[in-house]
Amino acid sequence: MNVAIEKATPAPEPADTRAGRPSAWKLLTRNGVTSVGLALLAIIVVIVLLAPVLPLANPDAADAVHRLQPPFSSGHIFGTDQVGRDILSRLIWGTGVSLAVGVVAAAAAAAIGSAIGLCAAFYGRYVDMVLMRGVDMLMAFPYLLLALAIVAALGPGLLNAMFAIIVVNIPFFARAVRGATLSVVRADFIAAARLSGLSDLRIIASELFPNILPTIVITASTTVGWMILETAGLSFLGLGAQPPQADLGGMLGDGRNLIEVAPHVATIPGIVILLVAIGINLVGDGLRDVLDPKLKSGGLARAHAKTAVAPPDQRLGRLSSAPLDPHSLLSVRGLETHFTIGREIHRAVGGVSFAVKPGEAIGLVGESGSGKTVTALSILGLVATPPGKIVGGAILYRGDDIADTSLAHLQEIRGNRIAYVFQDPLTTLNPLITVGEQVAETIRRHRGLKRAEAWREAVRLLEAVHIPDAAARARSYPHELSGGQRQRVGIAMAVANGPELIVADEPTTALDVTTQAQVLKLLNELRHERGAALVFISHDVGVIAELCDVVHVMYGGRIVESGPVGVVFNSPQHPYTQRLLACVPELGRPERLIQPIPGIPPAANALPPGCAFAPRCQLAEARCRSGAIELSRIGPDHWARCVRAAAGNA
Amino acid sequence: MRNYILRRLLLMVPVLFGITVIVFLVIWLIPGDPAKAILGTFATPENVAKLNHDLGLDRPLPVQYLIWLGNVLRGDFGRSYILHRPVIDEVLDRLFPTLLLAGTALILSSAFGVLLGIIAAIRQNGWQDKLITIAVLIGISTPSFWLGILLIFWFAVRLAWFPVGGMQALFGGGDLVDVIHHLALPAITLAAVAGAVLVRLTRGNMLEALRQDYVRTARAKGLSEGRVIYVHAFRNALVNIVPIIGLEAGFVLGGAVYIETVFQWPGIGRMLVSAISTRDILLVQGGVLIVATCYVFINLLTDIVQCILDPRIGQA
Repeated sequence: MNVAIEKATPAPEPADTRAGRPSAWKLLTRNGVTSVGLALLAIIVVIVLLAPVLPLANPDAADAVHRLQPPFSSGHIFGTDQVGRDILSRLIWGTGVSLAVGVVAAAAAAAIGSAIGLCAAFYGRYVDMVLMRGVDMLMAFPYLLLALAIVAALGPGLLNAMFAIIVVNIPFFARAVRGATLSVVRADFIAAARLSGLSDLRIIASELFPNILPTIVITASTTVGWMILETAGLSFLGLGAQPPQADLGGMLGDGRNLIEVAPHVATIPGIVILLVAIGINLVGDGLRDVLDPKLKSGGLARAHAKTAVAPPDQRLGRLSSAPLDPHSLLSVRGLETHFTIGREIHRAVGGVSFAVKPGEAIGLVGESGSGKTVTALSILGLVATPPGKIVGGAILYRGDDIADTSLAHLQEIRGNRIAYVFQDPLTTLNPLITVGEQVAETIRRHRGLKRAEAWREAVRLLEAVHIPDAAARARSYPHELSGGQRQRVGIAMAVANGPELIVADEPTTALDVTTQAQVLKLLNELRHERGAALVFISHDVGVIAELCDVVHVMYGGRIVESGPVGVVFNSPQHPYTQRLLACVPELGRPERLIQPIPGIPPAANALPPGCAFAPRCQLAEARCRSGAIELSRIGPDHWARCVRAAAGNA
Repeated sequence: MRNYILRRLLLMVPVLFGITVIVFLVIWLIPGDPAKAILGTFATPENVAKLNHDLGLDRPLPVQYLIWLGNVLRGDFGRSYILHRPVIDEVLDRLFPTLLLAGTALILSSAFGVLLGIIAAIRQNGWQDKLITIAVLIGISTPSFWLGILLIFWFAVRLAWFPVGGMQALFGGGDLVDVIHHLALPAITLAAVAGAVLVRLTRGNMLEALRQDYVRTARAKGLSEGRVIYVHAFRNALVNIVPIIGLEAGFVLGGAVYIETVFQWPGIGRMLVSAISTRDILLVQGGVLIVATCYVFINLLTDIVQCILDPRIGQA
């Protein structure tokens, strides 16, 4: 029974479930900065543990004759304090006290706080309400003040200070663990365990606890540093360790009033606290990176303003010097865009060429992962770098290669000559800016209109995309509009400056079917009205057939078949195009079988040699699986990347 | 939004109630006879009995609480037996210096923390980012009281640019310039450590915002990077940064205890420390209660600011 439950367990901990992944310890020590922290802490801990056997002076032995000796005086490397005690000895013993207090406090706060969080989430209802309201009350105090109030009641002393620090840190654990537990409690395997009659205690111990342990460790790693600093602080104020016992904060407090005559008495313990805290924080950051990649301390990489591009000699080497069609507005030639993730290279786009004439509509069709979106984003350098990079090919806009043009030049073209309509308007519109302003800002940018004028123009555009009561709606935020209206705003933004080319990336995928048709009709009307060309990206063959003049079918980062829409869809030559069309249901022909394509598209980091579709193709032969297969001409304007299609016409 | 603010105001009532309960229970934590602890070792039995009666300590706990709460609501926090004056007078005298110090530190740490966080994010992995990351690591690892001592040693003792402590010169001081002169070192000390935390969180939130789809849309419109970063990304990051500034308020109000002690600043923090060593429990209660109440109102303020920044919050 237990086995069954374990099988149902989702794998929230990638560290040990994914085959081939190094152990958490290896990941931790691989990070150079974390290793420094570990080494620092290890040295400190070893010295502290060796304190009883090291030849140290008695830390509490006063020697009035040799008081306030400076550092490096004979017999006292770090000098002596105001009553002549050896600072080095007190430092080592004191570090031990501070570390022990910090670790014990962290363990106690973790145990109590986690228990509260676990019970609150596991039992829910009244238990949850009572426990978490109590935690909220503790959190309503400024952290340190509550600790002071507790010490005030219990009286000064190291144990009381530690108790106070534990109490004020409990809420952090309770909240974090409650959150983590809630997400696990709702998982199916817990329900399965409950149904199978396991006792609450068994479920908590064997199913819940292992899943929330990383959260506890992460919270502990962030709080243990504070706890050591705060206990030192209470001792510094005279409320923690009492003389003659030494802890780091107490030593600092002793030295405070001697800062003018003997600065070393306060300086040295401060440096040690700093080193301990640095060590703990470094290790804590490393732990967080390993246990929760989402919270990675370095943060996820931000995208640069424009996609990285390989230098022209590398990029253009493989391009043929075939003459360009002088009529084309945009010509993409041999485009290769790669993503480098870790040590793996994902070839998202592997040599795509197509051209768009003024006013023409071309479609890019293919399954998810076929490289169509990356192709579209590459045109104006909008692929996120890192990890993306254009490593090959050229992007010719009116004959000029704009792949590695200056950012300023690119920004003149973006939203002005070439504009985008993106897929999901909820995430692609800024949630905190009114839709009118989001349209108006692109008008101001490219047409230099004044604020009021640009606003009026934006309202006119919103009217043009049939948003009812546009003048009032312009003041709405994206979340106040429906999905269809949001996409209309996206279209208004795209046509705002009368572009020559609109790139629309699955603009209707997030919408329901009736809205889809309206939005598509609108996009097409406005495009014709303003004479803009269109690059339309979709996985929907029907939409492409309706909207486009020319279609390029993409698979595995390449174009596998292209030609006029009528030709390609009426007599598809590539087996992939044929299978793709076979997936489309036809109205009024219920007897026609929908045949899904078996298998899944290849991963962009593991493209097979030869034809990328060969592993899923029923007609594949040996020659499909090796060597490069060229896009061959099989009709007047019809091209296909298939050995059979090429042979048939040769 | 008005509804949201009203709801937040209502939610404050149980929180304030909870604070009074906890502050009240502090007395109950005192080992042995609280009245004896409050009056000191040399208290006469009559005085102990009288205080027990005054505090209502001879009644059941809930009754004690209600009596105490009634007094507190009328502004009666009891008398300090050490200072021989009502607790409320002493606390109110010291509240302004504490708010001045903590407020200045909060403004400094927010301004510099957010600014450096943005720089670190937009120069991710560049030398500016690395430098800021190292500074932040040192910042969050530094005991503020130690930093204060070092700053006194260098800038007050050695260089004599600033006074060693206090809020104003004892003779002939007290104007604004004089107060700022005294305020500079403690405020910077308090701000340094608080600001370091904010740099880190600002950097993370900016990086998160810069990865969002709407940033790509803004770039696709040809907007300048300045507008993309400061209008589109930063406005979204700020929604998450504002509540962190609220938490920082608690951090500086608590941290002020150390700084006031080190710089002999005449605020509530220093009062609390000496009240604890003289076991002046009622004074501690009054001080903690007033500062915690201020903190609750600051958090209300940050919630309202967040609601103004994000139109989605008020409507949820």
